[in-house]
Amino acid sequence: MLKKLRVILAALVFTGITLLFLDFTGTLHHWLGWLAKIQFLPAVLAVNLIVIAAMVLATLLFGRVYCSIICPLGVFQDGVAHLSRKGKKGKYSYSKEVKWLRYGVLALFIIALIAGLNSLVALLAPYSAWGRIVQNILAPVWQWGNNLLAAIAERRGSYAFYTKEVWLKSLPTFIIAAVTLVVIVILAWKNGRTYCNTVCPVGTTLSFFSRFAMFRPVIDASKCKNCHQCERKCKAACIDIDGGKKIDYSRCVDCFNCIDNCKFGALEYRFAWKNGASAADKGNEAAPADKTRRAFIVGSAIALGGSAIPARAQTDEGPIEIEGEGGFADIIPKTAIKRQVAITPFGSESVEQFYKHCTACQLCVAVCPNNVLRPSKDLKHLMQPEMSYERGYCRPECVKCSEVCPAGAILKITPEEKTQWKVGTAKIQPWLCLVDNGEVEECGNCARHCPVGAIQMVQKEREDGKTVRIPSVEEEKCIGCGACENLCPARPVSAITVNGYLVHHKA
Amino acid sequence: MKKTIDRREFIKKTGEGAALAGAVALAGACAPKKTVESLAAAAVDNNAPDVLETGKMELRTNSTNGDKVSLLGYGCMRFTMKKDKDGNDIIDQENANNLIDYALAHGVNYFDTAPVYLRGQSEKAVGIALSRHPRNSYFIATKMSNFQSNDRKLAMQLYNDSFKNLQTDYIDYYLLHSLGGGGAAGFKARFEDNGVIDFLLGEREKGKIRQLGLSFHGNKESFDDMMALHEKYHWDFVQIQMNYFDWSHADGRRNVNAEYLYEELDKRNLPIVIMEPLQGGRLAKPAQSVVNRLKERDPQASLASWAFRFVGSYPRVLTALSGMVYMEHLQDNLRTFMDFKPLTDEEKTFLDTEISDLMANFPTVDCNDCKYCMPCPYGIDIPGIFMHYNTCVNEGSFAQSKEQENYQKLRKAYLVSYDRAIPTLRQADHCVGCKQCIPKCPQSIQIPRQLRRIDAYVEKLKQGTL
Repeated sequence: MLKKLRVILAALVFTGITLLFLDFTGTLHHWLGWLAKIQFLPAVLAVNLIVIAAMVLATLLFGRVYCSIICPLGVFQDGVAHLSRKGKKGKYSYSKEVKWLRYGVLALFIIALIAGLNSLVALLAPYSAWGRIVQNILAPVWQWGNNLLAAIAERRGSYAFYTKEVWLKSLPTFIIAAVTLVVIVILAWKNGRTYCNTVCPVGTTLSFFSRFAMFRPVIDASKCKNCHQCERKCKAACIDIDGGKKIDYSRCVDCFNCIDNCKFGALEYRFAWKNGASAADKGNEAAPADKTRRAFIVGSAIALGGSAIPARAQTDEGPIEIEGEGGFADIIPKTAIKRQVAITPFGSESVEQFYKHCTACQLCVAVCPNNVLRPSKDLKHLMQPEMSYERGYCRPECVKCSEVCPAGAILKITPEEKTQWKVGTAKIQPWLCLVDNGEVEECGNCARHCPVGAIQMVQKEREDGKTVRIPSVEEEKCIGCGACENLCPARPVSAITVNGYLVHHKA
Repeated sequence: MKKTIDRREFIKKTGEGAALAGAVALAGACAPKKTVESLAAAAVDNNAPDVLETGKMELRTNSTNGDKVSLLGYGCMRFTMKKDKDGNDIIDQENANNLIDYALAHGVNYFDTAPVYLRGQSEKAVGIALSRHPRNSYFIATKMSNFQSNDRKLAMQLYNDSFKNLQTDYIDYYLLHSLGGGGAAGFKARFEDNGVIDFLLGEREKGKIRQLGLSFHGNKESFDDMMALHEKYHWDFVQIQMNYFDWSHADGRRNVNAEYLYEELDKRNLPIVIMEPLQGGRLAKPAQSVVNRLKERDPQASLASWAFRFVGSYPRVLTALSGMVYMEHLQDNLRTFMDFKPLTDEEKTFLDTEISDLMANFPTVDCNDCKYCMPCPYGIDIPGIFMHYNTCVNEGSFAQSKEQENYQKLRKAYLVSYDRAIPTLRQADHCVGCKQCIPKCPQSIQIPRQLRRIDAYVEKLKQGTL
């Protein structure tokens, strides 16, 4: 019964949050956005005290239900484990808590969090891991599916679906996502909740509270017939029958599989406030920890860590596919330029505050309709998003990223507020300007599309003696949206490019 | 089961008898179709005989030389295309042959092409198709399309190639292609300074060119210039853009009312060849309100037939050119021009005022997709953007205000269809305004300005500030 309830709730939350990452239109966010906000790491980074308090309280009351219901990566592992163990009854067995790894990773995590090494934080945190897996691996499939529907819609003259450009936003992040997925699947396939009880810093944090949970599964030793069914069914490997019929509540994720499986009614989820907060800690000399398994865990942790240093990848630019018959001039694609200061989204207030709060969950990348946001390849902010304008620009009416960010990295703004904030400023490289270098007599496409009128066309006597009008940026007005850079006809590098501001401020 | 019964009832009603009905019931899904078709054929037989079988093509006599020219002329600017083995677009010659054979068989005898059409392929294809017929059974019109440069060498090459491509040793109607844009000065540079006009006059003397004329695009002043040149060179005919919309609704700045052109030419007794009788196809696909009004007036008449009958109703018109890419276009036009019925004065007024006024309310761009402006050096799909815009305006899928009832739906329809029709990088917002396209446009559209207008519209839709 309890298990059923858990499975239903978990399926709902898991589907909702996964859809949240897949829905590039940002519509689902209005209904399901809260699912991202109740995730542990975003709540911590957003200093969302209410959510944190609720979570701690829930754990103190019911144990690590968060890990079984709210956490998408946890639910995903349950799914993998379910597939792998189907038909093969009772393959799990109790293993000792790997304390050094558990607390070591947590310590590392906290240090990284304090030091602002959010890439490392994102690498370890379950929510970020799931976000990048969905955004990098699943989203392209989803979008291709959408594009197929769009093609069908187009044939039928319907506008229900529109084509979404699928492109590799960052190779390093893609590789990390793929490695994360493979490691998680292997761990879950082989041993259930290994990641959650050895690596996951959220799991470890919650374990401090779950030890004292008021409601918990309890073994009634008088009814127990030592059949080990519960132990074999325990994905968390935390039931120790031989070592005194104990449960390590620091690792129990309240999946209730044990309760459902006990034929003798010896297991019960009930109020057990007094019943030994430290009961679990005494389970000691049970089976010695499987050496190979431990080695594997360590290995995979290293693999996870190791993948933080990927090869510096080449640019993600491919040739633009142009359809249609002859009579079109080729268009050289724009290259992503190196910016002195990264441009972070409107609403992020400063580069520092953005990267400090960002969980690298990729939710903003998923909803950006203008192909502006992508995971950074900069080692310092690896996987955390940054903006670039070679595929599109930050359109004045769009504030989608600010609506979806659960971590307070991008604070909510309105389109009206957006055009008052400066996230950077445009700068002209005259030698690239087609008017300035004599390729055309007039252009002004940057000035024409500046949403805040920050570009003035001024007269200049060109080298050939002609008086032409070239753009000049009024830095006080420029907000850094990149319309000028994106629409500049100079290719592959625009004659007008935007550099970020370390601290955003009002125009 | 239900279907069979319906069909049976239908057959009973048509009075074909019980035997046939039984056959239908037995024969299953395939056979009844055939039977219904034969019934349909029988029904047609009962009506008036098909004009395509029995009608006669309307012929006009050229007042200059007595040529009997079909009022429907074949415009050869477009044919269906296919891919060759290298993936290049080439004319589907078989299809072109079929169409031209069919046209000739039904009395069409004027074929208009130019060296620049279909990147040079049109002349060749027309030459192949026509050379299969006796040379005296048709008139060939082609043009001096020396747009690239005023170099005499280019003109000579174009001229000589036309003979080779068209497989002929004389050309019936030779036109100075697209005059007017530069006025008298433009003419001087293109034809006088390099001696090309003297050469062509000589060819006319020799009979290699039977009739020398010009095709005109431009405003009133430049037309007056061309008429002044008539005193000097004696044009044999003139080709103008005329249709019921342009008759009195030209904007006057960059083009001129066809009414004025017609009257000036009529005064001089010059035969007139009509181009763009459908205004680049737009009169065959106008806004829904226009369609409704025309269909109300005559539910049977095709929209195009109104436009053709309008130009055909003016006696000085020698032939009206129509680019017929598909058999149904050709047949529809033949039905208009065989046993031709001119419009009454009342009908002409109906088109020129009521219908055209209605059309003038729609902010379409006068582009007819001729692609002369292409390729844009900055990669913009100019005709694509205009065609998409016009279609949306005419179909009514065009949001005009945020307050509109179905604004959100129209907004989405425009933006999604825009992205579908034009790749992002070829959209209007990438126009730099270099103006290289303007002199190339036969309709004298201020292309950058129109692109900006559309861009501004799109921008308003995107920002929700319409």
